[in-house]
Amino acid sequence: MAALLEVKGLKAFYGKTQVLYDLGFDIAEGGITTLLGANGAGKTTTLRALCNMVRTEGTIRFAGEDLSGKPTEEIVRRRIAHVPEGRGTFTSLTVDENLRIAAYTRNDKAGVAAERERVFSYFPRLKERIQQQAGTLSGGEQQMLAIARALMLKPRLMLLDEPSFGLAPLIVVEIFRILKRINEEEQVSILLVEQNAALALDLADYAYVLETGNVVMSDKASVVKNDETIRKSYLGY
Amino acid sequence: MEQLLEQIASGLANGAIYACVALALVMIYVSTDHLNFAQGEMAMFSTYISWQLMNWGVNFWLAFILTIAISFVLGVIIEREILRPLHNAPVLSVVVVFIGLLAICNSMAGAVWSYLIKEYPSPFPKATFGVAGVIGPHQLGVVIVTLIVLTLLFLFFRYTPLGLAMRAAAQNPQMARLVGVRVDWMLALGWGLAAAVGSVAGMMVAHIVYLDPNMMSGILLYAFAGALIGGIGNPGGAVVGGLSSACSRTWSPTPAT
Repeated sequence: MAALLEVKGLKAFYGKTQVLYDLGFDIAEGGITTLLGANGAGKTTTLRALCNMVRTEGTIRFAGEDLSGKPTEEIVRRRIAHVPEGRGTFTSLTVDENLRIAAYTRNDKAGVAAERERVFSYFPRLKERIQQQAGTLSGGEQQMLAIARALMLKPRLMLLDEPSFGLAPLIVVEIFRILKRINEEEQVSILLVEQNAALALDLADYAYVLETGNVVMSDKASVVKNDETIRKSYLGY
Repeated sequence: MEQLLEQIASGLANGAIYACVALALVMIYVSTDHLNFAQGEMAMFSTYISWQLMNWGVNFWLAFILTIAISFVLGVIIEREILRPLHNAPVLSVVVVFIGLLAICNSMAGAVWSYLIKEYPSPFPKATFGVAGVIGPHQLGVVIVTLIVLTLLFLFFRYTPLGLAMRAAAQNPQMARLVGVRVDWMLALGWGLAAAVGSVAGMMVAHIVYLDPNMMSGILLYAFAGALIGGIGNPGGAVVGGLSSACSRTWSPTPAT
């Protein structure tokens, strides 16, 4: 499989503090890749760097095109959907408005309408809550809305930052099942950042393990999962 | 009884104007967290532009529409050229720029059109309009025009994709970028709209207070009050606040100057 996203020598900074050091990784088209690592390893920063939301150096090639230096809103228009940490929804807008704004960059009305129906088929609960303010939804529903919002972009690549954060285990299982379906049915490639390594390794095909802004190892998810040394030293389970 | 009705009518007419200025303040506040102290003077300057157009022979309503368009463009330019470079500046720098803008608008209007008080026409027909003896034709006209403007704004923000994008950008700029909204342009558009709404207030009030470079200073104060009563971040509240600050002023036993 050809790499959809190629990252080389990625550095990121918060002010003067460097957080990522020469990070390099590839994401296969159509696959699910996960970034693992302890708190502070730079997982979230990597996702933010891909969308140019922090000061970044290095090359990021998406479908052959160099993205470095492009503003966030232009990167999004290349159909990279980012679901940020802590649920990316507009809390004072309604569910309906959240879905409408998500398709803001698209011009094909029929396509958007079809997308909406597909989104409801994954998350029927959102249809019931359509006129409700996003901020009044439960945590799980807000996470569903955030993923739905990302889908409305008809993304080629979806960046997910800790979709399990703060959710009840049953909801997490439901959301991860839907993510799997989305990956298969919509041909969306996924880059998943997770604290819950066991969960992420079950879903992903390929895994990178980060430590203080460096990739310390990478392999097929099934290999990482069964490697006790890695599990104990980096993933803490 | 008749006096009461008169007071209510004049309260509503003034309130409609305060509501417009309060709304302009709120529109900029929600997306930038700054209160534009120059909002009133920008509206005054716009009113002079409309006066100039009428002086050149343009009729009132054409001048009215042209002035709204010109004010919109000026508002966009002010944001992009003057405020954009201050994006990450501390709040006091921005406040100083607002005060500078206030002084510049005021002096420029004085320099171009002089400080002499000018009469400003009312576009509303005298004889057949209004409720005789109670609601003056101009008062009624002001209320109707501002209601139309406020309704259009409401429809724009509520139902158009651009209006939705502007709300999204104001609520959460970072998220808005993540759905592809060009947030910087939304700020500039917000400034343009605020300047346009302010210009409506200026053109409506100028017949009552006469045209001079200081005509908006008092009005801005009441608009501030209105915006604050309405909860500063709430456009609907700003309109209600503007109306109530005007009504409480005209209904109070000792009339202000």
